Amino acid sequence: MRIAVASGKGGTGKTTVAVAIAMAATEPVMYADCDVEEPNGSIFLKPEVYEIEKVLVDVPVIDEEKCTSCGECARFCQFNALVSMGMPPLVFPELCHSCGGCAIVCPADAISWKGNPIGEISLGKADGGRISVVQGKLDVGGVLAPPVIRQVKSHVPDDGLSVIDCPPGTSCPVIESIEGSDYVLLVTEPTPFGLHDLKLAVETVRELAMPFSVIINRFDEGDLGVEDYCGEENIHIMVKIPHRRAMAETYSRGGTLLEGIPEMREIFKDIPRIIERGIEEK
Amino acid sequence: MKIAVPASGKTLESQVDTRFGRASGFVVFNTEDGSFVYADNGQNLNAAQGAGTQASQNVVGTGAKVVIAPSYGPNAFRVLNSVGVKTFFSAPGTVKENIDNYLAGKLSETDAANVEGHW
Repeated sequence: MRIAVASGKGGTGKTTVAVAIAMAATEPVMYADCDVEEPNGSIFLKPEVYEIEKVLVDVPVIDEEKCTSCGECARFCQFNALVSMGMPPLVFPELCHSCGGCAIVCPADAISWKGNPIGEISLGKADGGRISVVQGKLDVGGVLAPPVIRQVKSHVPDDGLSVIDCPPGTSCPVIESIEGSDYVLLVTEPTPFGLHDLKLAVETVRELAMPFSVIINRFDEGDLGVEDYCGEENIHIMVKIPHRRAMAETYSRGGTLLEGIPEMREIFKDIPRIIERGIEEK
Repeated sequence: MKIAVPASGKTLESQVDTRFGRASGFVVFNTEDGSFVYADNGQNLNAAQGAGTQASQNVVGTGAKVVIAPSYGPNAFRVLNSVGVKTFFSAPGTVKENIDNYLAGKLSETDAANVEGHW
Protein backbone atom coordinates (compact mmCIF):
# COMPACT_ATOMS: atom_id res chain seq x y z
CA MET A 1 0.00 0.00 0.00
CA ARG A 2 1.23 3.43 -0.96
CA ILE A 3 0.51 6.29 1.48
CA ALA A 4 1.16 9.88 0.38
CA VAL A 5 1.85 12.39 3.14
CA ALA A 6 0.92 15.85 1.92
CA SER A 7 -0.20 19.20 3.26
CA GLY A 8 -1.24 22.55 1.99
CA LYS A 9 0.95 24.61 4.25
CA GLY A 10 4.67 23.97 4.50
CA GLY A 11 6.30 23.20 7.83
CA THR A 12 3.32 21.39 9.32
CA GLY A 13 5.13 18.10 9.81
CA LYS A 14 4.91 16.02 6.63
CA THR A 15 8.40 14.63 7.00
CA THR A 16 7.90 14.13 10.73
CA VAL A 17 4.80 12.02 9.99
CA ALA A 18 6.21 10.17 6.98
CA VAL A 19 9.40 9.25 8.84
CA ALA A 20 7.40 8.20 11.91
CA ILE A 21 5.25 5.82 9.84
CA ALA A 22 8.35 4.28 8.25
CA MET A 23 10.14 3.98 11.62
CA ALA A 24 7.15 2.62 13.54
CA ALA A 25 6.40 -0.07 10.98
CA THR A 26 7.84 -3.51 11.67
CA GLU A 27 7.70 -4.80 8.10
CA PRO A 28 9.95 -3.69 5.19
CA VAL A 29 8.95 -0.22 4.01
CA MET A 30 9.95 2.23 1.29
CA TYR A 31 10.30 5.89 2.20
CA ALA A 32 10.28 8.10 -0.91
CA ASP A 33 11.23 11.76 -0.53
CA CYS A 34 9.38 13.59 -3.30
CA ASP A 35 9.94 17.01 -1.74
CA VAL A 36 12.73 17.39 -4.28
CA GLU A 37 13.28 21.11 -3.79
CA GLU A 38 14.26 20.53 -0.19
CA PRO A 39 14.38 16.82 0.66
CA ASN A 40 15.08 16.34 4.36
CA GLY A 41 13.85 12.85 5.29
CA SER A 42 17.42 11.57 5.14
CA ILE A 43 18.39 13.86 8.02
CA PHE A 44 16.19 11.73 10.26
CA LEU A 45 16.42 8.30 8.61
CA LYS A 46 20.20 8.56 8.05
CA PRO A 47 20.29 5.99 5.23
CA GLU A 48 23.44 4.40 3.89
CA VAL A 49 23.38 5.49 0.27
CA TYR A 50 24.45 2.77 -2.18
CA GLU A 51 23.59 4.39 -5.49
CA ILE A 52 23.15 7.81 -7.03
CA GLU A 53 21.62 8.35 -10.45
CA LYS A 54 21.27 11.48 -12.56
CA VAL A 55 17.91 12.84 -13.67
CA LEU A 56 18.08 13.89 -17.31
CA VAL A 57 15.45 15.71 -19.34
CA ASP A 58 15.53 16.12 -23.10
CA VAL A 59 16.41 19.56 -24.43
CA PRO A 60 16.74 20.57 -28.08
CA VAL A 61 20.04 20.68 -29.93
CA ILE A 62 20.11 22.75 -33.10
CA ASP A 63 21.93 21.44 -36.15
CA GLU A 64 23.24 24.75 -37.46
CA GLU A 65 24.02 23.22 -40.87
CA LYS A 66 20.38 22.31 -41.43
CA CYS A 67 18.80 25.30 -39.61
CA THR A 68 17.39 27.95 -41.95
CA SER A 69 16.92 30.49 -39.12
CA CYS A 70 13.20 30.64 -39.89
CA GLY A 71 12.30 31.11 -36.23
CA GLU A 72 9.35 28.67 -36.22
CA CYS A 73 10.69 26.82 -33.16
CA ALA A 74 11.06 30.01 -31.10
CA ARG A 75 7.58 31.21 -32.08
CA PHE A 76 6.15 27.86 -31.03
CA CYS A 77 7.94 27.62 -27.67
CA GLN A 78 5.56 28.69 -24.89
CA PHE A 79 8.35 28.58 -22.34
CA ASN A 80 10.65 31.12 -24.03
CA ALA A 81 13.39 28.50 -24.11
CA LEU A 82 14.34 29.28 -27.72
CA VAL A 83 15.28 32.70 -29.03
CA SER A 84 15.60 33.29 -32.75
CA MET A 85 16.87 36.54 -34.21
CA GLY A 86 17.64 35.86 -37.84
CA MET A 87 20.22 33.25 -36.99
CA PRO A 88 20.11 29.70 -35.59
CA PRO A 89 18.18 29.94 -32.31
CA LEU A 90 19.77 30.21 -28.90
CA VAL A 91 18.65 27.40 -26.57
CA PHE A 92 18.02 28.03 -22.85
CA PRO A 93 17.96 24.47 -21.43
CA GLU A 94 16.77 25.46 -17.95
CA LEU A 95 13.61 27.05 -19.41
CA CYS A 96 12.76 24.00 -21.56
CA HIS A 97 9.86 21.75 -20.50
CA SER A 98 10.82 19.00 -22.97
CA CYS A 99 7.47 19.16 -24.76
CA GLY A 100 9.09 18.31 -28.10
CA GLY A 101 7.03 20.87 -30.05
CA CYS A 102 10.01 22.71 -31.54
CA ALA A 103 11.24 19.57 -33.28
CA ILE A 104 7.78 18.92 -34.69
CA VAL A 105 7.33 22.41 -36.16
CA CYS A 106 10.90 22.66 -37.50
CA PRO A 107 10.57 22.50 -41.31
CA ALA A 108 14.26 21.75 -41.75
CA ASP A 109 14.43 18.77 -39.40
CA ALA A 110 17.29 20.54 -37.63
CA ILE A 111 16.37 19.70 -34.02
CA SER A 112 17.53 16.63 -32.11
CA TRP A 113 17.68 15.95 -28.37
CA LYS A 114 20.19 15.54 -25.63
CA GLY A 115 19.79 14.77 -21.96
CA ASN A 116 20.23 17.78 -19.70
CA PRO A 117 20.89 16.98 -16.02
CA ILE A 118 18.42 18.66 -13.64
CA GLY A 119 18.86 16.69 -10.44
CA GLU A 120 19.76 13.39 -8.85
CA ILE A 121 18.21 10.41 -7.13
CA SER A 122 19.86 8.66 -4.21
CA LEU A 123 19.02 5.14 -3.09
CA GLY A 124 19.82 3.94 0.37
CA LYS A 125 18.91 1.69 3.28
CA ALA A 126 18.10 2.66 6.85
CA ASP A 127 17.19 0.92 10.09
CA GLY A 128 19.38 -2.10 9.39
CA GLY A 129 18.09 -2.45 5.84
CA ARG A 130 14.37 -2.61 6.72
CA ILE A 131 13.66 0.89 5.37
CA SER A 132 14.51 1.54 1.73
CA VAL A 133 15.09 5.22 1.18
CA VAL A 134 14.82 6.93 -2.20
CA GLN A 135 15.36 10.66 -2.37
CA GLY A 136 15.06 13.08 -5.26
CA LYS A 137 16.96 16.33 -5.33
CA LEU A 138 16.39 19.07 -7.87
CA ASP A 139 19.50 21.08 -8.76
CA VAL A 140 19.65 24.53 -7.19
CA GLY A 141 18.03 27.03 -9.54
CA GLY A 142 16.13 24.29 -11.38
CA VAL A 143 12.38 24.61 -11.86
CA LEU A 144 11.30 21.23 -13.23
CA ALA A 145 10.39 19.26 -10.12
CA PRO A 146 7.94 16.78 -11.75
CA PRO A 147 10.53 14.83 -13.83
CA VAL A 148 12.66 14.35 -10.69
CA ILE A 149 9.58 13.22 -8.75
CA ARG A 150 8.62 10.79 -11.52
CA GLN A 151 12.06 9.22 -11.33
CA VAL A 152 11.80 8.93 -7.52
CA LYS A 153 8.46 7.15 -7.95
CA SER A 154 9.91 4.76 -10.53
CA HIS A 155 11.81 3.20 -7.61
CA VAL A 156 8.72 2.71 -5.44
CA PRO A 157 7.56 -0.92 -5.63
CA ASP A 158 3.91 -1.75 -6.36
CA ASP A 159 3.78 -4.21 -3.47
CA GLY A 160 4.40 -3.72 0.21
CA LEU A 161 4.20 -0.59 2.30
CA SER A 162 5.56 2.68 0.96
CA VAL A 163 5.35 6.24 2.26
CA ILE A 164 5.57 9.17 -0.15
CA ASP A 165 6.80 12.39 1.47
CA CYS A 166 5.24 15.09 -0.74
CA PRO A 167 6.18 18.72 -1.29
CA PRO A 168 3.97 21.41 0.28
CA GLY A 169 1.32 23.29 -1.66
CA THR A 170 -1.18 22.07 -4.24
CA SER A 171 0.65 22.60 -7.54
CA CYS A 172 2.05 20.20 -10.17
CA PRO A 173 4.82 18.70 -7.99
CA VAL A 174 2.23 17.77 -5.35
CA ILE A 175 -0.14 16.20 -7.90
CA GLU A 176 2.77 14.28 -9.42
CA SER A 177 3.80 13.02 -5.95
CA ILE A 178 0.31 11.98 -4.87
CA GLU A 179 -0.67 10.31 -8.12
CA GLY A 180 -0.59 6.53 -7.93
CA SER A 181 -0.96 6.43 -4.14
CA ASP A 182 -3.74 4.52 -2.42
CA TYR A 183 -4.32 7.03 0.34
CA VAL A 184 -3.39 10.58 1.33
CA LEU A 185 -2.63 11.85 4.82
CA LEU A 186 -2.93 15.62 5.02
CA VAL A 187 -0.81 17.06 7.81
CA THR A 188 -1.88 20.42 9.16
CA GLU A 189 -1.56 22.65 12.19
CA PRO A 190 -4.37 24.25 14.23
CA THR A 191 -3.89 27.81 12.99
CA PRO A 192 -5.74 30.02 10.51
CA PHE A 193 -2.88 29.46 8.03
CA GLY A 194 -3.00 25.71 8.53
CA LEU A 195 -6.76 25.71 8.01
CA HIS A 196 -6.63 27.94 4.94
CA ASP A 197 -4.12 25.72 3.18
CA LEU A 198 -5.74 22.52 4.41
CA LYS A 199 -8.91 23.55 2.59
CA LEU A 200 -6.94 23.91 -0.65
CA ALA A 201 -5.33 20.51 -0.10
CA VAL A 202 -8.71 18.91 0.60
CA GLU A 203 -10.09 20.38 -2.63
CA THR A 204 -7.11 18.93 -4.48
CA VAL A 205 -7.39 15.37 -3.16
CA ARG A 206 -11.17 15.43 -3.63
CA GLU A 207 -10.60 16.45 -7.25
CA LEU A 208 -8.25 13.47 -7.56
CA ALA A 209 -10.97 11.31 -5.95
CA MET A 210 -8.54 9.87 -3.42
CA PRO A 211 -9.37 8.63 0.08
CA PHE A 212 -7.75 10.80 2.72
CA SER A 213 -7.74 11.87 6.33
CA VAL A 214 -6.11 14.59 8.39
CA ILE A 215 -3.32 14.60 10.95
CA ILE A 216 -3.19 17.65 13.20
CA ASN A 217 0.29 18.44 14.46
CA ARG A 218 0.73 20.43 17.71
CA PHE A 219 -3.05 20.16 18.08
CA ASP A 220 -3.09 21.59 21.61
CA GLU A 221 -1.31 24.81 20.66
CA GLY A 222 -3.67 26.74 18.39
CA ASP A 223 -7.39 27.14 17.82
CA LEU A 224 -10.22 24.72 17.01
CA GLY A 225 -10.72 25.92 13.41
CA VAL A 226 -9.25 22.82 11.80
CA GLU A 227 -11.25 20.43 13.99
CA ASP A 228 -14.47 22.35 13.37
CA TYR A 229 -13.83 22.33 9.62
CA CYS A 230 -13.12 18.58 9.59
CA GLY A 231 -16.33 18.03 11.56
CA GLU A 232 -18.41 20.08 9.12
CA GLU A 233 -16.84 18.43 6.09
CA ASN A 234 -17.05 14.95 7.58
CA ILE A 235 -13.28 14.47 7.31
CA HIS A 236 -11.70 11.85 9.53
CA ILE A 237 -8.93 13.06 11.85
CA MET A 238 -6.48 10.18 11.94
CA VAL A 239 -4.09 11.42 14.64
CA LYS A 240 -3.63 14.47 16.82
CA ILE A 241 0.01 14.99 17.70
CA PRO A 242 0.57 16.99 20.89
CA HIS A 243 2.96 19.90 21.17
CA ARG A 244 5.86 18.93 23.40
CA ARG A 245 9.04 20.75 24.21
CA ALA A 246 10.81 17.37 24.23
CA MET A 247 9.79 16.89 20.59
CA ALA A 248 11.19 20.26 19.56
CA GLU A 249 14.45 19.50 21.36
CA THR A 250 14.71 16.04 19.80
CA TYR A 251 13.88 17.37 16.36
CA SER A 252 16.49 20.12 16.59
CA ARG A 253 19.09 17.40 17.06
CA GLY A 254 17.86 15.36 14.08
CA GLY A 255 15.73 13.04 16.23
CA THR A 256 12.35 11.67 15.17
CA LEU A 257 8.83 11.94 16.51
CA LEU A 258 9.07 8.43 17.95
CA GLU A 259 12.05 9.53 20.05
CA GLY A 260 10.53 12.86 21.03
CA ILE A 261 7.10 11.48 21.96
CA PRO A 262 7.64 7.71 22.43
CA GLU A 263 3.97 6.99 23.17
CA MET A 264 3.13 7.88 19.55
CA ARG A 265 4.93 4.75 18.29
CA GLU A 266 1.99 2.39 18.65
CA ILE A 267 -0.36 4.86 16.98
CA PHE A 268 1.90 5.32 13.98
CA LYS A 269 2.50 1.59 13.75
CA ASP A 270 -1.25 1.12 13.39
CA ILE A 271 -1.83 3.79 10.74
CA PRO A 272 -1.17 1.56 7.67
CA ARG A 273 -3.57 -1.09 8.99
CA ILE A 274 -6.25 1.48 9.85
CA ILE A 275 -5.95 2.90 6.33
CA GLU A 276 -6.03 -0.54 4.76
CA ARG A 277 -9.24 -1.42 6.62
CA GLY A 278 -10.77 1.92 5.64
CA ILE A 279 -9.94 1.44 1.98
CA GLU A 280 -11.35 -2.09 2.03
CA GLU A 281 -14.59 -0.83 3.52
CA LYS A 282 -14.99 1.51 0.54
CA MET B 1 22.04 54.59 -33.48
CA LYS B 2 19.23 53.46 -31.20
CA ILE B 3 19.50 53.18 -27.42
CA ALA B 4 16.93 51.19 -25.41
CA VAL B 5 16.26 51.96 -21.74
CA PRO B 6 13.78 50.03 -19.54
CA ALA B 7 11.37 52.65 -18.22
CA SER B 8 8.47 52.87 -15.80
CA GLY B 9 6.73 55.34 -18.18
CA LYS B 10 6.64 56.05 -21.88
CA THR B 11 8.73 59.19 -22.29
CA LEU B 12 12.28 60.45 -21.93
CA GLU B 13 11.29 61.98 -18.60
CA SER B 14 10.21 58.59 -17.19
CA GLN B 15 12.27 56.93 -14.49
CA VAL B 16 14.53 54.04 -15.45
CA ASP B 17 12.84 50.78 -14.43
CA THR B 18 14.64 48.81 -11.74
CA ARG B 19 14.31 45.63 -13.80
CA PHE B 20 15.16 44.65 -17.36
CA GLY B 21 13.24 41.47 -18.26
CA ARG B 22 10.12 42.49 -16.37
CA ALA B 23 10.21 46.21 -17.13
CA SER B 24 6.81 47.47 -18.29
CA GLY B 25 8.42 48.79 -21.47
CA PHE B 26 11.43 50.36 -23.17
CA VAL B 27 12.03 53.89 -24.34
CA VAL B 28 14.08 53.62 -27.53
CA PHE B 29 15.99 56.80 -28.36
CA ASN B 30 17.37 57.51 -31.82
CA THR B 31 20.61 59.51 -31.64
CA GLU B 32 20.45 60.47 -35.33
CA ASP B 33 17.35 62.66 -35.06
CA GLY B 34 16.64 62.85 -31.32
CA SER B 35 13.32 61.03 -31.70
CA PHE B 36 12.11 58.22 -29.47
CA VAL B 37 9.53 55.45 -29.48
CA TYR B 38 8.05 53.31 -26.71
CA ALA B 39 8.24 49.51 -26.97
CA ASP B 40 5.73 47.79 -24.74
CA ASN B 41 7.01 44.82 -22.69
CA GLY B 42 3.74 44.13 -20.87
CA GLN B 43 3.47 40.51 -21.99
CA ASN B 44 6.75 39.74 -20.21
CA LEU B 45 5.88 41.63 -17.06
CA ASN B 46 3.77 38.67 -15.96
CA ALA B 47 5.45 35.89 -17.94
CA ALA B 48 5.72 32.65 -15.96
CA GLN B 49 9.29 32.28 -17.13
CA GLY B 50 11.69 33.47 -19.80
CA ALA B 51 10.99 37.19 -19.35
CA GLY B 52 14.68 37.94 -19.83
CA THR B 53 15.00 36.12 -23.16
CA GLN B 54 11.79 37.61 -24.54
CA ALA B 55 12.46 41.17 -23.38
CA SER B 56 15.90 40.96 -24.96
CA GLN B 57 14.37 39.73 -28.18
CA ASN B 58 11.97 42.70 -28.09
CA VAL B 59 14.84 45.09 -27.59
CA VAL B 60 16.82 43.55 -30.44
CA GLY B 61 13.67 43.85 -32.57
CA THR B 62 13.59 47.61 -32.03
CA GLY B 63 16.98 47.86 -33.70
CA ALA B 64 18.69 49.11 -30.54
CA LYS B 65 22.46 48.62 -30.49
CA VAL B 66 22.91 49.83 -26.92
CA VAL B 67 20.93 49.03 -23.76
CA ILE B 68 21.18 51.05 -20.55
CA ALA B 69 19.69 49.18 -17.57
CA PRO B 70 20.42 48.75 -13.86
CA SER B 71 20.81 44.98 -14.06
CA TYR B 72 21.06 42.10 -16.52
CA GLY B 73 20.14 38.51 -15.76
CA PRO B 74 22.12 35.66 -17.35
CA ASN B 75 19.60 34.82 -20.08
CA ALA B 76 18.93 38.42 -21.03
CA PHE B 77 22.64 39.10 -21.22
CA ARG B 78 23.26 36.04 -23.39
CA VAL B 79 20.64 37.09 -25.93
CA LEU B 80 21.86 40.70 -26.13
CA ASN B 81 25.48 39.62 -26.29
CA SER B 82 24.81 37.08 -29.05
CA VAL B 83 23.83 39.83 -31.48
CA GLY B 84 26.42 42.32 -30.29
CA VAL B 85 24.11 44.71 -28.44
CA LYS B 86 26.22 46.67 -25.96
CA THR B 87 25.07 46.73 -22.34
CA PHE B 88 25.67 49.64 -19.98
CA PHE B 89 24.69 50.19 -16.36
CA SER B 90 22.18 52.93 -15.65
CA ALA B 91 22.09 55.18 -12.60
CA PRO B 92 18.84 56.02 -10.79
CA GLY B 93 17.13 58.86 -12.64
CA THR B 94 15.26 59.55 -15.83
CA VAL B 95 15.74 57.92 -19.21
CA LYS B 96 17.03 61.21 -20.61
CA GLU B 97 19.60 61.71 -17.86
CA ASN B 98 20.97 58.25 -18.49
CA ILE B 99 21.12 58.71 -22.25
CA ASP B 100 22.91 62.04 -21.77
CA ASN B 101 25.37 60.38 -19.41
CA TYR B 102 25.94 57.57 -21.89
CA LEU B 103 26.58 60.01 -24.72
CA ALA B 104 28.99 61.88 -22.47
CA GLY B 105 30.84 58.62 -21.87
CA LYS B 106 30.00 58.55 -18.17
CA LEU B 107 28.37 55.08 -17.97
CA SER B 108 30.26 51.85 -17.60
CA GLU B 109 29.81 48.91 -19.94
CA THR B 110 29.33 45.39 -18.60
CA ASP B 111 30.62 42.21 -20.19
CA ALA B 112 28.68 39.81 -17.95
CA ALA B 113 25.33 39.38 -16.24
CA ASN B 114 25.32 41.04 -12.84
CA VAL B 115 22.30 39.39 -11.23
CA GLU B 116 20.94 35.85 -10.99
CA GLY B 117 17.85 34.79 -12.92
CA HIS B 118 14.53 35.56 -11.18
CA TRP B 119 16.18 38.54 -9.54
